[in-house]
Amino acid sequence: MSVFAPISRQIGEGTIRGRARGGDTSPASILFLGLLWLSLLLAFAFLVTLIVTTVIEGSPRLNAMLLTEFPASRPEEAGARPAILGSMMVIGFTALMTLPLGIAAGVHLEEFSDRNNWWNRIVELNVQNLAAVPSIVYGLLTLGALSAIGVKDKNIVIAGATALSLLILPVIIIVTREALRGVPIEIRQGSLALGATPLQTLFRQTLPSAIPGIATGSILALSRALGEAAPLLILGALVFVSFDPNGLLSGYTTMPIQIFNWTGRPQDEFHILAAAASILLLVLLLAMNAIAIVIRNRYQKRW
Amino acid sequence: MPKNTPTEHRLSDDNAGVKIAAAQRPTASAIVDPVLECDNVDVFYGNFRAVTDVSMDFGINEITALIGPSGCGKSTLLRSLNRMNDLVDGARVTGRISFQGEDIYGPDVDAIEVRRRIGMVFQKPNPFPKSIYDNIAYGPRVTGMKPSSMDDLVEEALTKAALWDEVKDKLKQSAFGLSGGQQQRLCIARTIAVKPDIILMDEPCSALDPIATMRIEDLMVELKKDYTIVIVTHNMQQAARVADRTAFFTAHADDTTGNRTGVLVEYDTTTKIFEDPSDQRTEDYISGRFG
Repeated sequence: MSVFAPISRQIGEGTIRGRARGGDTSPASILFLGLLWLSLLLAFAFLVTLIVTTVIEGSPRLNAMLLTEFPASRPEEAGARPAILGSMMVIGFTALMTLPLGIAAGVHLEEFSDRNNWWNRIVELNVQNLAAVPSIVYGLLTLGALSAIGVKDKNIVIAGATALSLLILPVIIIVTREALRGVPIEIRQGSLALGATPLQTLFRQTLPSAIPGIATGSILALSRALGEAAPLLILGALVFVSFDPNGLLSGYTTMPIQIFNWTGRPQDEFHILAAAASILLLVLLLAMNAIAIVIRNRYQKRW
Repeated sequence: MPKNTPTEHRLSDDNAGVKIAAAQRPTASAIVDPVLECDNVDVFYGNFRAVTDVSMDFGINEITALIGPSGCGKSTLLRSLNRMNDLVDGARVTGRISFQGEDIYGPDVDAIEVRRRIGMVFQKPNPFPKSIYDNIAYGPRVTGMKPSSMDDLVEEALTKAALWDEVKDKLKQSAFGLSGGQQQRLCIARTIAVKPDIILMDEPCSALDPIATMRIEDLMVELKKDYTIVIVTHNMQQAARVADRTAFFTAHADDTTGNRTGVLVEYDTTTKIFEDPSDQRTEDYISGRFG
């Protein structure tokens, strides 16, 4: 059975691709193909328009001052330095909090929990549901939790990082499970049959093989958190920060919030600044995604 | 179906049935020194009984083949022999399986230690995504063996598995670069490296071409000097070629519920099974009339 399965799959893919390329020439399928191309074109056109207009609008202020200066009331002196540092700090703490927890939870659910147990099934289902909850809900949840324990000043790095952690935790759990599922059961069996313990098998075989998948998914999740403004605004993130964030309890702002603030100003110069900061944010996100792709291609295992 | 099959005994008085079964079943009586003994072993997956009332002994330094049609429980039985079935949710074993006289399912027995002493080679070659060297060294490392020289241990295992000459110049290369047959011999070498007493093989050649199959078969015959080997195979010629003893299993449908369960039909020397089987079902199977 196992000898033939991969071969027949290859043949199957080949035929399906062959058909899509033009085996079928009825008017209906040509029309459908045209519609598919049109949707792709539309989506692509929107993206290009957005990027091009942003770049054109923001390019005058895309300079070193954007990186080094603090926000100011005079647009020609303003920069996004605290926002950039704030974003990095919040995302850094988010990663520190989420990755160990999310990976551990994913490992437990995939490798150790009993799937037939109703309690585990409920947890599984709800992890999926949580991944689809709007981000602002996590902001509200964090706000409520902080109020409950009596924290007055909620505009602190740790609070923002907590909200973003809650936001991406389900995603990290899901990508961890997916990555572990991609490791063939034969690898685990081979290890256990040699007298390795389940923990040795996990740490020496399964988890190392799953790391590329986990890393890729985690970076994509973190880049989503990087672009989030809503949960941080709910927590009262500052829009005008004239100092560098310097710790867990420090006030902060992040790039999406800075952009949001500048966009709301009446002066055109601030809109230019917002566009420039958007380009910077875009470049950061693209860089993170590029790293994820490199990791995936470089360490991907073919079984 | 003939009388006195294990299943029918099971349905009557349990203890009496066991005695009759033991007395009347061909038990390959010439086993001098059994290293692994099954007594009235049933294997369940949840409520499903996959194997029913198997009693058989495995002789030391012999190759024992388990043959039979698909779904007859031979792989399930094999996986029970080193507690690999523990890893399947809901799997459990009743009866007694003893290794060197000790019940491997006993309360004080560590399944990890059982698997180290009773190794397993799988149907599909499953090298680890590591170098050839690290594939062999993995078992000794995780089981805490402290060889005076890991290099020597690796060389010894690869030599015993008849792979050393082919890989000695590329020990640091990925095991995935080897051919299927080489990968399977690597898996055998990996198993040998932890110095087990018994090697279980679950259709080890079913994913290999005839030449690679032949090499594995030669290897098995060579290895039985040092190890006891139990092999599940769909290939009857293979059993006839390599095995000292052969056990024929079949799937038996319960008369009332219709549930199919694996039963041991006949167990004897390979020559007897293939040339003069006592049971009609064995004869039908080996002559290709069913299965």
